[in-house]
Amino acid sequence: MITLDNVTLCHRDRPAVHHLSGQFAPGSLTAIVGPNGAGKSTLLGGLMGRIAPSTGQISLPPRLAGHIAYLPQQADIDRSFPVSVLDVVMLGHWTGPGRLGAWRAAGAVQRAQAQQALAAVGLAGLERRAIGELSAGQFQRVLFARLLLQDAPVILLDEPFNAIDERTTADLLALLHRWHGEGRTVVAVLHDLAQVRAHFPRTLLLAREPIAWGPTAEVLQPGHLQRASLQATHWEAQAPWCEVPAPAVPRVAA
Amino acid sequence: MTLLASLHAALVQPFVEFGFMRRALVACLALGLSCGPVGTLLVLRRMSLAGDAMAHALLPGAAVAFLLVGLSLPAMSLGAFIAALAVAALAGGVARFTAQREDASLAGFYLIALAGGVMLISLRGNSVDLMRVLFGSILAVDDAALLLVAGVASASLLLLALVWRPLLVECFDPGFLRAVGGRGALHHQLFLVLLVANLVAGFQALGTLMAVGLLMLPAIAARCWAHSVAQLSVIACAIAAACGYGGLLLSYHAGLPSGPSIVLLAGAVYLVSLVVGTRDSLRARFFTAHRHRVA
Repeated sequence: MITLDNVTLCHRDRPAVHHLSGQFAPGSLTAIVGPNGAGKSTLLGGLMGRIAPSTGQISLPPRLAGHIAYLPQQADIDRSFPVSVLDVVMLGHWTGPGRLGAWRAAGAVQRAQAQQALAAVGLAGLERRAIGELSAGQFQRVLFARLLLQDAPVILLDEPFNAIDERTTADLLALLHRWHGEGRTVVAVLHDLAQVRAHFPRTLLLAREPIAWGPTAEVLQPGHLQRASLQATHWEAQAPWCEVPAPAVPRVAA
Repeated sequence: MTLLASLHAALVQPFVEFGFMRRALVACLALGLSCGPVGTLLVLRRMSLAGDAMAHALLPGAAVAFLLVGLSLPAMSLGAFIAALAVAALAGGVARFTAQREDASLAGFYLIALAGGVMLISLRGNSVDLMRVLFGSILAVDDAALLLVAGVASASLLLLALVWRPLLVECFDPGFLRAVGGRGALHHQLFLVLLVANLVAGFQALGTLMAVGLLMLPAIAARCWAHSVAQLSVIACAIAAACGYGGLLLSYHAGLPSGPSIVLLAGAVYLVSLVVGTRDSLRARFFTAHRHRVA
């Protein structure tokens, strides 16, 4: 269980996520949705321990420390870097069962596993291709192959289907369902509400303030969506200091 | 036979005849070995300007040591090392804690360092000393300098073997490195120390102004030929070593300062690579046949 208790995550003195409480149950499949600037990616940063909460705390079971896999947005990766598809996938062994870490050399077994992962995402035969020569969809498949190797109990995905065609999205969604079926906790930041309704049992609707968190059908109601769209997510220059220690957090019963 | 003999006289004889040439050659080859991978990382991490600014910061550090203890290699190397690390820390701090762009603050520090260094050396010392520190001298490569260069090269290669993977991953996917607890900031600091150590090792032969030349130019020339990071490093090593050898010969035969000779040769290799290289070159861009495959 990953528990958030009155969590505020800030960039300097400005909250990106404001007083959020709730839980990601083990084995749950949750979508995080909300307008741009709602704090969705920041929340993933908080879950990974990259951003320390300004208030409240994020509690993870000790066994999860260092075992959270993360899919960054494609824009955060330099695709001009001279590295091959196989090299990127092999990075999945950094923390995976093989545990190569920062400096151990890969063996034939790890190489074979990386090739299997590439085959599983439909990219067999492209091992030696430079990542700069791939389409956005192919590159996303490479990153999913790396997640396969990481074999993590918790998987965080930041906008995994942005600018990805329908066929690739369907293939990658099938992988997500496979992970969910294997009992892994999956959290994905998404924008396509129809996709969320069709594939994600639970949803967190965020607009800096938490709007609703629970079963998807109850969260994605017109009233909640309207509140999220009206909630200003830009920063006000003269906003007063937040004096609220622990506000009542709106939450839809599970 | 006379051709062979004259080739031998031109290419080998100087090293047979003079101990200082042999020491300079070994220093350049050792420097080339570590400059290949360190320069490759410098370019891939988009830190070429930072490397240049740090190289200029060697000058005031070496100058302060020169003023205090005279022409002493260990003291000048230590002074240069501390000053370059200080500029790296200052530029990093300014970029992190102020709205200043990092390239602007680097250029600022580089000018301050250069002017300060020249001023300090001109306070005491003559123009020969100044030229020697600015542009390097193969005569300066004594046994102590050789030990310094070989030590830095060996330590660089050993340390790089340990931190190579995180340094590379941080270049293209820093989010992944953070997610697996790769301690990118620590590796960045280590790389800065490595970079400064290599600059200090290079400044005896190349001079402070051009110490970054043997790091940068072979690496960007290699980019016109290599398809992977491993190829980049190996080709950069080979170019750096070859330019070290060729530059020393040029310096010996034409009576030129060694620093500009080596760096100009590396510059020529870069320009030729830009024109005829197999990738990212003018030839690849304009002179390949306009054909396409069916799929």
